[in-house]
Formats: sequence, structure tokens, C-alpha cells
Amino acid sequence: MSASKVSIALVLPDLLGTYGDFGNAVVLEKRMAWRGIPAEIVTIRFGEPVPDSCDIYVVGGGEDTAQTLAVRHLREHPGMQRAAGRGAVILGVCAGIQIFGEHFTRADQVTHPGLGLIDSTSHAGGSRAIGEVIATPADGLFEGLLTGFENHQGRTVLGPSARPLAHVKVGTGNDGSVEGAVQGRILCTYLHGPVLPRNPALADLLIEWATGAKPAPLDLPAVTQLRAERAKAAGV
Amino acid sequence: MSSKLSQKMGLGAGGMIGGRVALKLDPQALAHLTAGRRVALVTGTNGKTTSTMMLARAVSFLGQVATNHGGANMPDGHVTALSKQPDAPFAVLEVDEGYFPEVCRASAPSVAVLLNLSRDQLDRVGEVRTIEKSLRTAVAGVPGVVVANCDDIMVTSAARDARQVVWVATGTGWHNDAASCPRCGDPIRWEGEHWHCTGCDLARPKPDWVTGDGYLVTPNGEKVDLTLRLPGKFNAANAVMATAAAFALGVPVAEAVERLRAVSNVAGRYRTIQRSGHRARLLLSKNPAGWSETLNVVREADHPAVLVINAQEADGRDLSWLWDVPFERLRGRQVIASGERATDLAVRLTYAEVEHTIVPDPLKAIDAMPPGAVEVIANYTAFRDLNARAAQ
Repeated sequence: MSASKVSIALVLPDLLGTYGDFGNAVVLEKRMAWRGIPAEIVTIRFGEPVPDSCDIYVVGGGEDTAQTLAVRHLREHPGMQRAAGRGAVILGVCAGIQIFGEHFTRADQVTHPGLGLIDSTSHAGGSRAIGEVIATPADGLFEGLLTGFENHQGRTVLGPSARPLAHVKVGTGNDGSVEGAVQGRILCTYLHGPVLPRNPALADLLIEWATGAKPAPLDLPAVTQLRAERAKAAGV
Repeated sequence: MSSKLSQKMGLGAGGMIGGRVALKLDPQALAHLTAGRRVALVTGTNGKTTSTMMLARAVSFLGQVATNHGGANMPDGHVTALSKQPDAPFAVLEVDEGYFPEVCRASAPSVAVLLNLSRDQLDRVGEVRTIEKSLRTAVAGVPGVVVANCDDIMVTSAARDARQVVWVATGTGWHNDAASCPRCGDPIRWEGEHWHCTGCDLARPKPDWVTGDGYLVTPNGEKVDLTLRLPGKFNAANAVMATAAAFALGVPVAEAVERLRAVSNVAGRYRTIQRSGHRARLLLSKNPAGWSETLNVVREADHPAVLVINAQEADGRDLSWLWDVPFERLRGRQVIASGERATDLAVRLTYAEVEHTIVPDPLKAIDAMPPGAVEVIANYTAFRDLNARAAQ
């Protein structure tokens, strides 16, 4: 954690911001600010260098072309990978889970190298997974159910160094059985919604990792109600 | 009969079932019904219905026009509209982006209007770059003139290879989907109003028509007053696109502008309803670009706002896009979150630090506001249902 504020890097929202994943950065910032933890969002756009000094990195989903460009950019400017090496917190959503892995193969069968941040590989599935997802967090990682909306063709296989984020009850996730990946302080998920507004316990887990302290309880009735509604809509 | 049935079933305003049956009977119905007419097609993410109505009004200077009012913008809607006016020598059709290639092939348009392209219903329509590529292919086959918005990178890429392009500077564009070039992927750089790709030769073309604040500038450099009855910068953009398209069909500029300027209510949009001591202005916004523009329009005054969100099939089931809308602009205003997905909106407003209450029924939400003016902004099915109920 840097001297004064917890800095949240919003990584390439102009490429990987297709599904409102910008909201994840807003949620982290506000949940800290409302508890008196100063936080700021640092936006890193396409064409700009990626700093290695941020506390949390948030990477969103995007289209295939955008995803390829993002990998190229993040390789040319490896600030986030350096930060990962010293234990920074990183959230990767959708395209994030694919580009963080060792490599990913598209529907055209071309394999692209990933960033090698997590022990996983991804490939294009037969059909596009679209819809509400409900999953149980693995290893009691956080309280409550994981909920979100998925819209992806990729399927992901985890290697021995990565463990799943959650076990799927409704929806597809990585492969119809598990959803997301956790390796050290790098956490990936296929879920939009965005994922952190829908899963405050997950947001607080990332904050705890970044600050080293469990944040104080924060009750937002609208969020509680939304979680109940979405679970009901998914039949859980 | 079937139109009545369609209305009863809530399938929209009854513009579709007749066409669906006709297309079953004759799959070439669209080609047959457009043959011998001069056809103008209007497509893009936002502003299709308004621009189509404006263009139809303008073209009526030349003769009778067959047009699909009210957003029934897929081939069955086109067939219905064309069948109703078999003798009209002109057809002005609003076309859903996804159906544009098919309709383009069938109708060999004299004019194709490309308004703008941004993210909209990703779970249904697909991603912007996919749409851009399919429009690009379709537009290359347009025998007539393509009227395109050169302030929109995606539209410019889609239109550039057409036989004849008329470029319109609209001053509007949603840049968040276009950081990288749709042609080569390299970053796009903006310098004032000009933009260019840093990797290839895609760049903002020199505009033929320019949209100003309350006026337009024609290709001859003539400045024409454009005081509209519809609010906002995006409606000025729609009006200039429609004028350029009408001009391409042979309508004198002054005649076009005079006719389209009178448009005040587009399928219930922008109209004001009187209810329980309230004057509620109904505004439709379907996606982040549309909401962003509408939030600018309501900034003109500090009226309370009812925001209505549904997530039915026709709206897109995924509400992630709510996070791309700058709701922060409503801070300090009295706001009610409404609609079937009022709770999703309430969470977004909470994090935007916009104080609000939740009233899922939009009419009750209007009633809950203090008497006077109320702005009601709703997405597609929410707007459709509200409009129908308000008419009762």
C-alpha cells in the first residue's frame, strides 16, 4: 500500500470496458472511501504506460480484437506483471481470465500467448455462455453466493497452481463446473454485472488483501435486495 | 385484424404480424415491394426512429412516402409498412443494425444513412466491431449514396469503402468503444474534433455537412437555421443527417429543413403527459450513449427525475451497461428508481452517490413526486409499456 491513498488501477477501460466493468473500480473506491480509507482510481488508457506502483489492478472484459491489443499493450508495458510479483491485488474479469493465463485459443484455432499470471489455459467453447450465474465460493473464500451475468465463448482449464474461485450452481463459468480462478492475490472471474457491485463480500476481500485489514461492516440495503432478487431469478 | 391482435399481445404497436405472414408466403416480399421505388435506409445504434421520421417528412416534398413509424425496424415491419402504401414512389425505412445487410441486398437503396455505432444489448445484438464489419460489407454494395457520420470512428470505417459517401460532421459520437482502430487495431488519436489512427490511414474525412449550435452548414458553405422542437445535440445530429439524405434524393435544403423541423413527438418520445398535477416529459434511452445524451438534456433544468429500467429480451437481459452511464450527473436532484429492475438501478445510484427512493411502478413513481415538471427516462420496453399505460 502506497504512502497516502490506496490506488486502484483501472487498466485499459477503453479496450476492456465493454461490459461496464468500470463499475468494479468505482465499487472498490467507494467502499473504501465510505469507511474512511482514502482511495483513488488511476485510469490507464490504451497507448499509456502501466505503472507498477498501484495497490489494486482491475481488468475488464472486451471483444476479441480488443483483447489481443490489450495483451500486446500489457506485454510492452509490464507494470502490472511487476506489481503482481510483489503481491499487488489483481482482479481480472472475462477477457481478464483468458489473458492472465499461459495461453488462450480462439474460435479460429489461433493460440495467443497470455501474460502467465495464473496457471490456466483458455479455449473457445462450442457455444456462447450467456445468462445469470450463481456459484458457491470455494474454500470459504468469502461469505454468501457469488452472483453475476456471463457472456463469453471461452472455456478455461486451471492448472495445479490455481484454484477455482467458486463452484457453479447455475450457469457455465469456466467449464460448467467451476468458476474463476485464484492464485495468490490474483483473482479472476467470468462474471459481469459488474461482479463487485453484486458481490460486496468479494469486494471487501480484495480490500482486505490490499490494506491488510478486514474492513468494517457496510450495510447497503439496495445491494442486499439485489442479491436476493438475482438469486430468485436464477431459481436459487 | 392481425395488427389488432399484435397490439393486444403487447408486441409493439401492431406493425409486425402482417409482415411476418407476408414474408412466410413470399420470402422475396421485401425485394418485390421495394422494386420500382426510391429507397432510403436508416441505421445505427441511436436516433434511428427520429431520423427516419425526419427524413420521411423531408422526402414527402417529392411525393408519397412509405415508412415504418414507431420502431418496427426488422424485415417484417418493412413489409407491413410497404404493403400499406403500395403506390408510394418513395420508401424511407428504419433498419435494425443486425438486419441491415439483408435489407440492403433486397432493396438496393438510393440512400443509406449510417448514424452512429456503440454498444447496445451485447447479449442480443453482439459486439460493436462485429456489427461494423457486417455494415462495411453491406455498404460496399449500396448502389446509391451513403450518408455517414464522420465524427463516429466505427461509422467512418463502415462507410469509407462505399461507392459514394456524403460525410456529415454531427459533433456527436460515443468514443468509449473506439480507442483502437476498427481497421488495424492501433490506437486512435484525437486532436480537437479531428481524429486519426496512429497505425493506418483511417482518419476523419473532411465533412460535406456540418452541424452547428442551432444551424447547419451545407456543402456549399451556406448556413441554414435549424431551430428544432426536439431537444438535445443528438437530435440536431439526426436532423442534419436527415437533411443530407433528403438532399441526396433531390429535396432542396430549405424544403427539407422546414419539414423536419416540425417533428415534435416521435412515437411518443419527448411528449409530455399530464398526470396527478405533474407534467411528465417522457424520454427514451436504451444504451450508455443514449443515456449520456439524455442526462445532458435533463440538465437544462433541475426537475425531479424518474428513471425506469427493464431487462426484458428486447432490452437485453444484461444490465452491466448501467455502470457505463454517468448517473453521477444527477447528484443533488430528486430521483426515483423505477421499473422491473429498479433495484439494479438503485445499486448503481447508490455508488454514484445519487440519493433516491425505489418505486417499481413508473406511474406511481411520477405520482410520488412533488407537483410540477418531472423528467421520466425509460429504456425500451419500460418506455413502450409506460407510453401505452399513459395513453389509457
